[in-house]
Amino acid sequence: MPLLNTLARLEAVRSGRARPLATVRHRHLSGRPLVLVPLTTSGEAGAPLGALVGTDRHDPCLLVIPQPRDRDLRWEFLAELARQVMPYIDAYADDVEPAERTETDPETGKRVKVETELCVDAPQLIVPSRAGVEYVRLLGRSMRFRRTAEEDPENPYPVPTQVPLLGRWFTHLAERSRVPGSALLLSATELLARHWATGQSSVEDQHLGALLAWIAPPGGENGPGTGAEAALRAELARDRDGQLLVPPAGPATDPAFDNKLLAPAMARYDAARAADDRDAADRAGRTLRELVEGQLRPTWDAVWRSLDLLRALPAGERTGERWTRDRWSYTAHRDRVRAGEPPQPRRDDAVTAAQKLATRETEQVRLDAQEALDDPLVMAGRRLAGEAFAGEVTEVVMEWSESARPRPRPLVTVVTEDRPQLADGAAAKVFRSLDGRPQAAEFVRFEGAGGIVLRLLDKMGSGREPAPGTVPEKGDRLCWTLFEHDARGGPKLPDPEQTPWTHGGPPGSATAALPLPDPVTDGDIL
Amino acid sequence: MSSYPPSVPPQTTPQTTPLRQRLADLRGPAVPPRPLDARALAALAANPGCGRRALLDGAGVDKTALATALGSPSAFGQSQFAIVRGNSFEAKVKGDGGAELLRLVHEHLGAGAEPPGAAALVPDLTAAGPQGRAARTALALREATSAGAWTLLDHPMLALEVAGSPAYLEPDAVVVHPDGRWTVVEIKSFPMIDGGADPAKVGAAARQAAVYVLALENTAGKLPGAAVGHEVLLVCPKDFSNLPTAAPVDVRRERSVTRRQLERLTRVEELAALLPEDLCFDPARPAEELDRAVSAVPAAYAPECLAACELAFHCRQRARAADEVGALGRSLRAELGGLGTVGEALAAAAGAGPAEDPTAAALRQAARLRAEALALAPARTPSEDSACPC
Ligand code: SF4
Repeated sequence: MPLLNTLARLEAVRSGRARPLATVRHRHLSGRPLVLVPLTTSGEAGAPLGALVGTDRHDPCLLVIPQPRDRDLRWEFLAELARQVMPYIDAYADDVEPAERTETDPETGKRVKVETELCVDAPQLIVPSRAGVEYVRLLGRSMRFRRTAEEDPENPYPVPTQVPLLGRWFTHLAERSRVPGSALLLSATELLARHWATGQSSVEDQHLGALLAWIAPPGGENGPGTGAEAALRAELARDRDGQLLVPPAGPATDPAFDNKLLAPAMARYDAARAADDRDAADRAGRTLRELVEGQLRPTWDAVWRSLDLLRALPAGERTGERWTRDRWSYTAHRDRVRAGEPPQPRRDDAVTAAQKLATRETEQVRLDAQEALDDPLVMAGRRLAGEAFAGEVTEVVMEWSESARPRPRPLVTVVTEDRPQLADGAAAKVFRSLDGRPQAAEFVRFEGAGGIVLRLLDKMGSGREPAPGTVPEKGDRLCWTLFEHDARGGPKLPDPEQTPWTHGGPPGSATAALPLPDPVTDGDIL
Repeated sequence: MSSYPPSVPPQTTPQTTPLRQRLADLRGPAVPPRPLDARALAALAANPGCGRRALLDGAGVDKTALATALGSPSAFGQSQFAIVRGNSFEAKVKGDGGAELLRLVHEHLGAGAEPPGAAALVPDLTAAGPQGRAARTALALREATSAGAWTLLDHPMLALEVAGSPAYLEPDAVVVHPDGRWTVVEIKSFPMIDGGADPAKVGAAARQAAVYVLALENTAGKLPGAAVGHEVLLVCPKDFSNLPTAAPVDVRRERSVTRRQLERLTRVEELAALLPEDLCFDPARPAEELDRAVSAVPAAYAPECLAACELAFHCRQRARAADEVGALGRSLRAELGGLGTVGEALAAAAGAGPAEDPTAAALRQAARLRAEALALAPARTPSEDSACPC
């Protein structure tokens, strides 16, 4: 962990409250996110127990499977989940704006601009924790190869069209969430932990209730206890029956809940169904719904409270640019679905996997740069690492390049307390943000105590004299980075793997045969 | 490595009783030793630096009971759904005389041998008591190895000497190949989806299997022609079904880590020798007395303990009370070098740290930059956003 964040944790220990790790919000938040809080059955992969889902914090839709081992009930749940989620995802598909994209012309091999369209907004799914993100991936995998009656009339277990569609979208969102800085699928714990340091370890930070307690202890600023105490309560406190006061954020449930409450209620439900007693089964079903809702609701509220806290931070300036990439990602997947492409393969081929990895690396570099430029607290970390420096301009000497048409190349001396990783005699370029665009300078030499002499290289207009405001003046406070401000040229291009198949497509997509659905066997009583 | 200040000053007492007796005294005279299982042995490797755990495990102290008596009960419980699922999956894998399981072993680790057929042996391993079962297993292993036929040992019992006392371990299955090779089989109910499984769970299974490999090697060492495979077979449900699928897992690394750990457990003798004569961890004793006893044994708490040790909540509370930076994580502690407490680190950040210490200097620099950035932040207005953020 960077030392600056370590320091924040230490401060949090001392004060009993979380300390900021950011002064702006580094992820785009939709005005209308879809929150999904899933629960799963212990020991059974892909056997959901229930979920709260919706865009209205006061009116979530509750889905409960009274007996997760019953395949029909499970499939009903997934169909209902698709009915709830797909309209939300589709709602963004038709509101588009014209856009341009650079593509490789398949015939000439040249890079050409292509007119296309871009969805003006995109869906955003918020889950409680990292494990929730993985669960979305798992659900996506379990649904995307299912076949509808139209696709496969022989299939004894057809599903509504929306189920495999949701599977493909969940897969896409989960895949996208691996791209640093993306925001189509986010978890509350990761969002909070990005912006605040608690006085506990990152292991404990995965508990949404405990994490929130550090940041916003119940009772507010002048509340009775410290965040540390509240976190401990959220983590461990149980009632007289041994049930946790703050249920885990899932998707796993607490074993005490399973054993003492859920199992007996399920047994009653099973018995009533076995005896064909409709009323008893309904009663048992209602009890189960209440039990599961009792576990889900506190987490549901916690996710919305997390969003409140994050919304209170002003958005980082470059979050919008990253959200545009998410919109490209959404639009491209929309196109793939519309073009009738098969679902994502079970495993990526080598080229696709390598490309995805490369994209993630590039995006990480971009994210690191953008967060630093948007937020002095993040920049402070880069300065501590010697990757940036800030200081006051003490001298500006005008000089010009030696050519037929001399251009301004002023020498600027900056005095700083920072210790950037520059060395006399070693060529290095540094950058500052000038009206949001990077201006480059080259390192010339150290001078005196903390003095750094730089030569400005660009963004000063086309004349002999620099355009007004493009050369710093004595007394200005400036921040220079040793890293480039933009990882790549075109800032708003779709990522390679999102190239629609109609334009060359991701490698291997054209040749991929329609993947077979998972076989349904007698053995899959989960 | 940090440690708790022993509240009872450690005094070296002459070791008058043999180790076994000494450990029994530590456990409490009326308390039977809690046998170590593979999970516990594997977890030892999760926190190798901890003397407290080594001593308590070596002495056979029931840490769950101890944690409850200390007022910080552990949170390890298993859902009955998971247990039912695990049992039914294992039964399915081993059904039909183990035909499917043997087929999987042959498919993945068969090394060109004849496939196991109806002639495969499944010896009866029932016997009285763990010792009896271990002896029966050893016999079955010997017979199977000399028979040169595919043999499935269902729930064999293996003995492994740990810190002077035998621990009895029960793997899900061991398969003897016709060429005399022994393969440990771990049956887990987490799914293998598209050929991949949760790496954390696979890692835990590998550590556990490594303990079985070590135990088997003791037996195999005395048998000419026998060898223990360092690849174990992990059997899991395939995708979302109840059908078994398998993958070989190389456990050489886990095996050597665990072996080093087990050898280190002989330290129990040295650790015990440093403790006051009358120290006792009998859960029936009053909490304060137990607290003192536990504090007398140096620990090395880290957040990883939360997933691996029954005493974690107690040790965490103590580590936090002692202001230890280790409670915040191993990497963070490493980063702070010699500054072992939050107080020391914050003092260093405030400029009162040891001069010459590079960590203290870096912290001071960090504090300056952090304060500067935070002071600047609220004053910023959106129009300034495009300018220098510093
Ligand atoms: S919880 Fe305590 S006894 Fe257990 S390993 Fe960690 S420090 Fe050692």
